[in-house]
Amino acid sequence: MSTPREVVVCRTGTANLASVFAGLRRAGGTPRMAETVADIENAGHVMLPGVGSFGHAMETLREAGMVAPLVARFAAGRPTMAICVGLQLLCLSSEESPGVEGLGVIEADVFRFPENVRVPQFGWNHVTANTDCRLIASGHAYFANSYRLAERPSGWAVAIAEHGGTFVAAMERGALVACQFHPELSGAYGHALLSRWIATPC
Amino acid sequence: MLTCRVIPCLDVDNGRVVKGVRFQGLRDAGDPVELSMAYEAQGADELVMLDVSATPQGRGNALVTVAAVRAELAIPLTVGGGVRRVEDAGALLEAGADKVAANTAAVERPELLSQIANRYGSQCAVVAIDAARRLEGKEGWEVVVHSGKDRTGKDAVAWAREAVARGAGEILLTSWDRDGTRSGYDTDLLAAVSQAVHVPVIASGGAANAEHLIAALKAGADAVLAASIFHEREFTVGDIKHAMAAAGIPVRLDDTAPRG
Repeated sequence: MSTPREVVVCRTGTANLASVFAGLRRAGGTPRMAETVADIENAGHVMLPGVGSFGHAMETLREAGMVAPLVARFAAGRPTMAICVGLQLLCLSSEESPGVEGLGVIEADVFRFPENVRVPQFGWNHVTANTDCRLIASGHAYFANSYRLAERPSGWAVAIAEHGGTFVAAMERGALVACQFHPELSGAYGHALLSRWIATPC
Repeated sequence: MLTCRVIPCLDVDNGRVVKGVRFQGLRDAGDPVELSMAYEAQGADELVMLDVSATPQGRGNALVTVAAVRAELAIPLTVGGGVRRVEDAGALLEAGADKVAANTAAVERPELLSQIANRYGSQCAVVAIDAARRLEGKEGWEVVVHSGKDRTGKDAVAWAREAVARGAGEILLTSWDRDGTRSGYDTDLLAAVSQAVHVPVIASGGAANAEHLIAALKAGADAVLAASIFHEREFTVGDIKHAMAAAGIPVRLDDTAPRG
């Protein structure tokens, strides 16, 4: 295993982060919570985890002054990974929290799964990665979500899955990764993705 | 396509996995971390850990057990048993649970589910429902609490609907008539509840072989939970999943190689 790399984890809600921390440690990272805006600006790798609702997470980011430094990291392509609600936060808005503005890195809106499938989507769904994906592979990943991005964003390499139609399972651009699934709960598949992302140069 | 989940269940007492018909004649079945890792390697999709400790000291040890399992386990972990207040749920989540299951306390105080869902999200809030067929030839199922000791008279299907309306994101549905009998899941109960709600339903109680698990999924369950068939090493999780695949059930068979 290579030298452990620090991963600064951005606070997005009230739920626990034990699984994210454990997953990062197993993948060779040294996670710590972001305490200041400078932590996000200076960190080699930043994780934007998905806990809580879209509205609550955006409020948490705004109050901590994290919106501008996060948007800047995405604009500059510096190693950043968003998980679950984290992926949704990159978009313009979500049906979950009407009227709340997202980070706007992705020019699309997030909607609830249709009524004809089980919601929340709990479990392992098959992810199909496009051939231009470098970090994201095809395989089964663990999802726990009620909302999803159905449009494929332009300018990103995209991986898709099916649940009441096609949705974006994950996307990447250089060292930027956003996954709707939980890599920290996706066994060997998720471990491999976390390891590859942590190894990206910063 | 979303696959059907196979979920081994660990009953934990004072830091050790125990087996037997729940709460009676408990026998030691091993170390929770070792067993959890073995099940993950076999292809378990998720784990449920139920704290069956009868003492406050045992409950304190449950948090230590959850943290120890979490450090190693790379699949989701639901923890139940003794979740009486929203603070209990918070402590388990902080220790490393991904979801918490409330049972008797939610029946006595349904707002507990709303409190957990509001604070931590519905994706963390599981309602565990123990149901028994009504006596004296009456139709339907009633909710039983206190580990099956008390019949409440409350309709199990109506309670499932109410629990979801209050924020439960998943239902762990145990047939108290079948639990420990090895005669198969109560598929009528599974069909009734899974048709009544839109959240996933986990079948529990009565599994002895792959055919039982397949029948539960065909009846409408989204996931199947079993304990003794795995602890007794009659089948590995992989054996069960291969049988499910052969029966046309979507399962995850790849990606289960050991992490390196």
